[in-house]
Amino acid sequence: MSNIDKQRGDILLEMRDVRIDGYSDDKWHKIIKGVDLTLRRGEIMGLIGESGAGKSTLGLAAMGFARPGCKISSGTINFDGMELTTASASQCRALRGSRITYVAQSAAASFNPSHRLIDQTVEATVRHGIKPDSEARADACILYGDLQLPDPDNIGSRYPHQVSGGQLQRVMTAMAMSPRPDLIIFDEPTTALDVTTQVEVLASMREIVEKYNTAAIYITHDLAVVAQMADVIKVLRYGETVEEAETRKMLSAPEEEYTKSLWAVRSIEKEGEKNDDVILKINNVDAAYSSSVKVLHKVSIEVPRGRTVAVVGESGSGKSTTARVITGLLPPMSGDVQFNGEVLPKDLASRSKDQLRKIQMIYQMADTAMNPRHTIREIIGRPLEFYLGLRGNKRDDRLLELLHLIELDESFVDRLPSELSGGQKQRVCIARALAAEPDLIICDEVTSALDQIVQKGILELLLKLQKDLRISYLFITHDIATVRAISDEIVVMFQGAVVEQGPKSEILTPPFPDYTKLLLSSVPEMDPDWLNNLLAERQNEQTA
Amino acid sequence: MSNSKPGYTATSEVSRVRAKRTLWENIIRGLRSAPPTALFGMLVITAYVVIALFAPLIAPYGESEVFPIPYAPWSDEFLFGTDQLGRDVFTRLVYGARNTIGIAIMTTILAFTIGGGLGLVAAINQKWLDQFLSRFVDVLMAIPSLIFALMLLSIFGSSILNIILIIAVLDSTRVFRLTRAVALNVVVMDYVEAARLRGEKLGWIIRREILPNIMPTLVAEFGLRFSFVFLTIAALSFLGLGIQPPTADWGSMVRENAGLIQFAEYDITAALTPLLPAGAIALLTVAVNFVVDWFLHKTSGLRDE
Repeated sequence: MSNIDKQRGDILLEMRDVRIDGYSDDKWHKIIKGVDLTLRRGEIMGLIGESGAGKSTLGLAAMGFARPGCKISSGTINFDGMELTTASASQCRALRGSRITYVAQSAAASFNPSHRLIDQTVEATVRHGIKPDSEARADACILYGDLQLPDPDNIGSRYPHQVSGGQLQRVMTAMAMSPRPDLIIFDEPTTALDVTTQVEVLASMREIVEKYNTAAIYITHDLAVVAQMADVIKVLRYGETVEEAETRKMLSAPEEEYTKSLWAVRSIEKEGEKNDDVILKINNVDAAYSSSVKVLHKVSIEVPRGRTVAVVGESGSGKSTTARVITGLLPPMSGDVQFNGEVLPKDLASRSKDQLRKIQMIYQMADTAMNPRHTIREIIGRPLEFYLGLRGNKRDDRLLELLHLIELDESFVDRLPSELSGGQKQRVCIARALAAEPDLIICDEVTSALDQIVQKGILELLLKLQKDLRISYLFITHDIATVRAISDEIVVMFQGAVVEQGPKSEILTPPFPDYTKLLLSSVPEMDPDWLNNLLAERQNEQTA
Repeated sequence: MSNSKPGYTATSEVSRVRAKRTLWENIIRGLRSAPPTALFGMLVITAYVVIALFAPLIAPYGESEVFPIPYAPWSDEFLFGTDQLGRDVFTRLVYGARNTIGIAIMTTILAFTIGGGLGLVAAINQKWLDQFLSRFVDVLMAIPSLIFALMLLSIFGSSILNIILIIAVLDSTRVFRLTRAVALNVVVMDYVEAARLRGEKLGWIIRREILPNIMPTLVAEFGLRFSFVFLTIAALSFLGLGIQPPTADWGSMVRENAGLIQFAEYDITAALTPLLPAGAIALLTVAVNFVVDWFLHKTSGLRDE
């Protein structure tokens, strides 16, 4: 099983005309409609596309595996001379976890919380008899070091909850690397991480894959990320290949219209505008979830009428807590919230219906923000009834107006949320907020769960609504591209305090305070050399 | 269907729309896919319900009509013989279905009203009220329920109303726990928060946001709870503290005729007589469990591999 005699550049994995069907609603649906894929040893291929394009399904098929409810209906999958579609379950099992390994999207959900990290890291390696236990453990510590985990000799004795999300993702990479596989499949490994953490994880992943000359398939929806990682990029859509090319060529000269649209959101640019009429003012707010742990320290934010204020920061910086204080879900310990010049009662229960109506909220996960048992009519209709007292035909007329406003039509009225796509769901949430005719909408990461092209659609819709209806937005996000696209002013938060606040043009031009600089520089750019340059730059700063 | 950049519209995004079906079509589809055990269970339950509803038409004699021959053997005149007082056993089996099932259903409904209601309130409140109710339920559950029920019945007397109230209160503790647990998962959802932000009242949140989402679990639990209540009533009657004569009831029928079992070596049918009500209890319990199993499997979304 050694790959000394195997040359870099030999064909490792060859998929020909692979078709995969999924079963639902009493029918077989085509998920992958005949895709070819060739991967050579030591090569990293980026698989990119929107959700539902079949990226993960194809990635798993490279291991000869189909999810429950799916089947590989035709085509050939040849892994190093072995045909996986006809191989027996035990043959495939011998391959998985030893020669092909997998890094899943959510590390936190993939680790067993009751075993130590190192036991899980070496489990497959030892079980397949590739290395004896002691050797595998020693090797795991080396891998931890390679992946720049702190204290590589001892970190393995921790439990999954004792390390951060970024570290956990790196431990999972070590686990995948432990048997020295020929092929690793990365399935959106950094999607759940903060940008500042993502950079480090990406760098260490790329380094280790290069060091051991392992081939990899890197699945993601973020083109800027894949640009740093992959030698070759393959764009998928609706289960078919749209385009495949070498990374630099793909980035500089994409051929297909669709490929260009993948980084569409980066093309929106809003001219920042000023307005001195303040609609929402937060004064010196301190807040805590329990009396001991303070989450917000003296936070003050102002939102001008008809403008967008973006609140930026990594997870745990207090962005969402600020939103909870504004809406009254979390009464602040001190400080107050002024809206339209009047001080709002701290507690939700003591606010009037009209005060509630004027501040609406849109959530990150549209899935959980809508009751799965209510139809669109009920979801959008309820605020119309509740706040404005509209009933019967009047309500339905307004409902249709709102649907047209969010660019949907009457065929959606009787659908359930599960019958909508991700972008449509978020649009319905926007309509629900609009139904209340609010002055301020708090948008909590509303686009981060969506595909690029859908994000663009949602952001454009929000901008158009702002122009037409003069709504103010408090836009919580960690994505700088989104901030550029939509904001007038920016608030940077770090560890529960406001680091910087001001007009967009001011915040996004140097000189930067340290944290803003780290945040801005960590956002991947569409340049294949970006990661190299960034790492070199940070290296220089440290030595200087 | 191409929605590359120029032609992109929100409506053209791919989403899977399920076929719109009426309730009736859904029921037919559900029945077709049901496994044989579930079909068997449904058949048995339907038969019991029919017997309970039309008891006076099916039974050949009156519920407590006494004939001169006690312990009559099985014959054309008395299908399953007569009991120790000379009452027709078949007639009392038929009426027993009506009494025992009726009381069990009422008890279960009451248990769900109490336990379910309080469980939902506790899940939403999550503060002192939740603590108070949960600890109180813990205390109630710490006492063996059959013995507790026996004690309460001997204090308050075994009227049908008392039986229903006591068993319902004791069983509502289990319903409370389940309802609270499943409701907690729903209460943390953003859509419940959205409803609170809108300013909705507690009743609306419970009725419209939470209940529809926990209904499948509660319906399944209703079936199981019914089986347990049914067994408890039968057990209490067997012990003499349940449904009192002359009302026909399966539990007390087992007790009253239990002595006949010793005559098995002389007349096998005589020994079967006390086993008939016991069998009736067992069959219904098994049937309900078959249906509940299928329903749980269906609603849990598990896929057979």
